[in-house]
Amino acid sequence: MGIDEITLAHADERDLTKLAEYEAIGGYKALEKARKLMPEKIVEELLTSNLRGRGGAGFPMGRKASFLAKGTGKPTYLCVNADESEPGTFKDREIMLRNPHRLIEGCLITAHGIESQHVFIYLRGEYLDVFEVLRGALEQARKAKLLDDVTIVLHRGAGAYICGEESALLESLEGRRGQPRPRPPFPAVSGLYGSPTLINNVQTVATVPTIIDKGGEWYAKVGPEQSPGTVVFSLSGNVVNPGNYELELGTPLRELVYEIGGGIPDERELKAIIPGGSSTTVMTPAQLDTNLDFNSVAEAGSQLGAAAVIVIDDRACMVQLALRSSQFYMHESCGKCTPCREGTRWMVLLLQKLEEGRAEQHELDLLLSVCDRMLGKCLCALGDFAAGPVVEYATAFRQEFQRHIDEGGCPFGGESSLEGIFAPVDQHTHHPLEEVTA
Amino acid sequence: MSELAGAIRKAAAQYPDSRSAVLPALRLAQEEHGGWLPTEALREVGDTLGLTPAYCEAVASFYDMFHLEPVGKHAIEVCTNLSCALVGAQQVLEAFQDELGIRPGETTEDGEFTLRAIECAGGCGKAVVVSVDERYREPVRPEDVPAIVKELRGGD
Repeated sequence: MGIDEITLAHADERDLTKLAEYEAIGGYKALEKARKLMPEKIVEELLTSNLRGRGGAGFPMGRKASFLAKGTGKPTYLCVNADESEPGTFKDREIMLRNPHRLIEGCLITAHGIESQHVFIYLRGEYLDVFEVLRGALEQARKAKLLDDVTIVLHRGAGAYICGEESALLESLEGRRGQPRPRPPFPAVSGLYGSPTLINNVQTVATVPTIIDKGGEWYAKVGPEQSPGTVVFSLSGNVVNPGNYELELGTPLRELVYEIGGGIPDERELKAIIPGGSSTTVMTPAQLDTNLDFNSVAEAGSQLGAAAVIVIDDRACMVQLALRSSQFYMHESCGKCTPCREGTRWMVLLLQKLEEGRAEQHELDLLLSVCDRMLGKCLCALGDFAAGPVVEYATAFRQEFQRHIDEGGCPFGGESSLEGIFAPVDQHTHHPLEEVTA
Repeated sequence: MSELAGAIRKAAAQYPDSRSAVLPALRLAQEEHGGWLPTEALREVGDTLGLTPAYCEAVASFYDMFHLEPVGKHAIEVCTNLSCALVGAQQVLEAFQDELGIRPGETTEDGEFTLRAIECAGGCGKAVVVSVDERYREPVRPEDVPAIVKELRGGD
């Protein structure tokens, strides 16, 4: 596609896990340049670049860095969020597996920019292969004396989606259950160990070396003005060529699904697209001409999120899809705040009744009412992630939901691609759903 | 000092506060105790880090990768989240159920295998993802299942 991959760096052409190979493509040159600059200059470049966070929220990294409290007498920490767990997302894993030094270089430049000597990479526990690659790369960097006075600690999680939420990540890193904290105070003021802390996603930090190398102004001109740069799209589901593709932001959805992704297999019809991971609002084939950047997707009523595009063909029952998604959020709800803990449970119960043809008309309204009581009312975004998409499934595919009631069962009659899909939450005997009655 | 306590202390030295080492410590203890955390393991972690066993259990019970009951020698985990579900995860899971004669969440009577369904493993581009003893196999089709089980049985 001719695009210059900023974070994947065409790692399919050479083994960038080796320091010498990484240096051969100009690796660690940006670090050398950065260390000759004043820290403020680094943050300035980030502000100019308008690099927006790639973890899902899209908040500009430079602004986040500029919020860090100064002169507190406490150390400043950098935490890299490598707890990639959003369903449909697998970009950070590939960046770290194939180009680990780019992340390490990004950590070291960012640490210099925020005057921090302490970096923690919170790595998803299941990513054992990534842990080994990063550990090896760190060892090489250490031997080559690239770390200077900075320590980088690789901290492995242990299986909890919620630890990708920044304040839950900090709790977990401090050795507690990964339950989000109320804000304020924000991590920039009181984060890890009560100290000023910058938290950014893997891909965001891995973009920093290129910004320092080529300049914030250069980066700001790549792709659309409001959402500059490249992003690694994770394409999955019912598509001929699933995989990670690093493309300029603003790439049209149609191009990603049909030209790059090769379209829908088995001569099936496209039914729906989830553009940014399962927490984002579903889009329909009528929206295929949406450009995939933060603002355009938002204007289309959804979210770019982590750019995890899940393609769904006409074999899937949308009630089953909504149910399976809700089971995930019920499983991952940390239990700290009531609307999320109880709401996700009620969502699963009602969607199960609907799918099995046992729901009455008022229970579809009740489902939407439960979602409404969660939206914007939970301690962290997980409640919104659970409820928001379900509202849209039930709205965009209202007729299909209605048919489950009218026909007293699933209109797919056992032929849906998601028929009978088993959810991990059902392995836990301490969630006796049948005790809840609606 | 036991070998485990030594390894835990080494992990704890990386952090300004030793409490931060509770996840690495629980992981080390679990490896030492055959893949799960009996009370004795929780006590050892607690004693080394200055925490109570109850605190360690509270933390362990929050995270999916810690097990508070005995597990099989091999862990087979099938992702059944959306991207895998859309391309046949249920059929892969059922193939393992048939091959092993157990349901998800159960362990075979001979103690060889624990089968689990798991949430998104981050391998959606090569669905269906199956994690075998923490190593991803991707993609897995139902017809691959007998060979995977045979390989693990033969690897004794």
